[in-house]
Amino acid sequence: MVDMTRNDKNPRSGANAVEVRGLVKHYGETKALDGVDLDVREGTVLGVLGPNGAGKTTLVRCLSTLVTPDAGHAVVAGYDVVRQPRQLRRTIGLTGQYASVDEKLSGRENLYMIGRLLDLPRKTARARADELLERFSLTDAAKRPAMDYSGGMRRRLDLAASMIGSPSVLYLDEPTTGLDPRTRNEVWDEVQRMVAEGATVLLTTQYMEEAEQLANELTVIDKGKIIARGGVDELKAKVGGRTLQIRPSDPAELAAMAQTLREAGLDGIAGAQAVPDEGLLYVPILSDEQLTAVVGLLGSRGFSLAHIATALPSLDEVFLAITGEKTAHSTDTIPEEVAA
Amino acid sequence: MSTTTLTPAPTDSVPVKAAPGGEGRIGLRANLRHISALVRRNLLQIKKDPESMFDVLLMPIVFTLLFVYVFGGSVGGSLGGDRQDYLNYLVPGLMAMMGMNIASAVGTGVNDDFRKGVMDRFRTMPIARSSVLIAKIVVELGRMLVAIVILLAMGFALGMELGTSVGGLLEAIVLAGVFGAAIMWIFILLGLSMKTAQSVQGVGFLVLMPLQFGSSIFAPTQTMPGWLQTFTDYNPLSNLADAVRGLMMGGPVAHSVWITLAWAVGITVVVAPLAVSKFRKRT
Repeated sequence: MVDMTRNDKNPRSGANAVEVRGLVKHYGETKALDGVDLDVREGTVLGVLGPNGAGKTTLVRCLSTLVTPDAGHAVVAGYDVVRQPRQLRRTIGLTGQYASVDEKLSGRENLYMIGRLLDLPRKTARARADELLERFSLTDAAKRPAMDYSGGMRRRLDLAASMIGSPSVLYLDEPTTGLDPRTRNEVWDEVQRMVAEGATVLLTTQYMEEAEQLANELTVIDKGKIIARGGVDELKAKVGGRTLQIRPSDPAELAAMAQTLREAGLDGIAGAQAVPDEGLLYVPILSDEQLTAVVGLLGSRGFSLAHIATALPSLDEVFLAITGEKTAHSTDTIPEEVAA
Repeated sequence: MSTTTLTPAPTDSVPVKAAPGGEGRIGLRANLRHISALVRRNLLQIKKDPESMFDVLLMPIVFTLLFVYVFGGSVGGSLGGDRQDYLNYLVPGLMAMMGMNIASAVGTGVNDDFRKGVMDRFRTMPIARSSVLIAKIVVELGRMLVAIVILLAMGFALGMELGTSVGGLLEAIVLAGVFGAAIMWIFILLGLSMKTAQSVQGVGFLVLMPLQFGSSIFAPTQTMPGWLQTFTDYNPLSNLADAVRGLMMGGPVAHSVWITLAWAVGITVVVAPLAVSKFRKRT
């Protein structure tokens, strides 16, 4: 367990829209959730970060009354998920990994139907459907069946469907998994807009980048347990923000470059790691100034650089930094010293 | 693992609202509104996929032609009449059968439908979970009515004569519908319980074939061996076929009508709650 500030002790803390205590759900031998505690403050986004099979989807399904937990309890918007499911369903919206709209119906028909199921009068349901189609840029496609939509359009329709009842708590279960980068940005924009309008969001994701874009606070989950939590910046500081990747013109110089950086003792630069197989030097950095300093130093020492790039830490690197061990599915390319 | 140690339940933060039950309950009018919105969904699906009505449109025509012209002469003869007499015997029986075939299609449809994401949305909405299933049954009863109308049109076109009145005919249709709805619950339960639509279809075929042919739907049971007659006597489809036949063509009906209704009510009371609970728990 990485020691980070508990978010419910945060001085900025408002009321909690979601409170989960000791939540357990087992499927036979598999402990999908093994005692999960978390809070989401009203009007904030909590990112739940974890690899496939960590328990993220089970968590969301418990909190949206689709799955009954074996033990523990959870209160969402003041309602107990087990004892008050009917009231709870009035206050939540869910957008899952798989589009939950009727594929044969058009976008407008889907939204109208959901409005009617939420007890909106006919006229209001129609107006709300049109309003959300407009907002999610689906007006042109309003009459086409959802099965003809692109992946991004479907996801947007799904978000629109979740918004019809103006839920106070929104669950987004891997909202951009399987989307191309452009579509991913569209979905992010929409989520940010919902949050700006006051929604509380619980977001699950496998991508550090997504968590960084959307979440105020992060909870890292693995094998059904919370292994770290805190603000996005705290976690990034722990993991090392971005990684600078440098490719020298001459691969033979990799070791010398790493040596130079380690000896120079630049402010905040802890480790430089040469990976000869890839012909790359990895340097964890926290700021643009550090990037400039590293490149400047290497240039002034006469090294010739062919290519540089920066990347956010992958989920594997986050796990490595937190637990000192890799996620089960990671490939074995980065030497252990990176964790140091 | 300090976070996994239990934090005491929240006492001062978010108070748990209201008592369970109370305000969350869905009133009858809201329930009817939800069912009608879901019926509309099913009708829109049919509108977009007209081919899904082929079974309903063609089944009554094919069955009537096949049985009347292949078996009509010989069965009619043994009835002490001709092909025309068999037509009068067969059409009421087919009316009883329509409901079974449509019901088995409901099972495969449900299996397919309920594996899709939209069911997750329905189950996270503040609607009675039974409303999704009831809407399905309402729509299928509508499809069954279409099949019956085509069947009757076919029968009358070939020269069927109604032995009673239009009132009797309407009663026969209602009875077939009530029994059909009961059988639909069975297939919905099957559809929710089995993994694939194909297996639902397989089981449906295996169960329905002997029930349909081991009954008085297609032929009188008098010439069947004793052990089979025992089976057909207890087979609810025989009662249904006899009741519909009596209501349309005349003769004593009270006994078979009551037995049919008892079966329908019994099946619905036992199976419908099981199906709804299965739908609720399906993950």
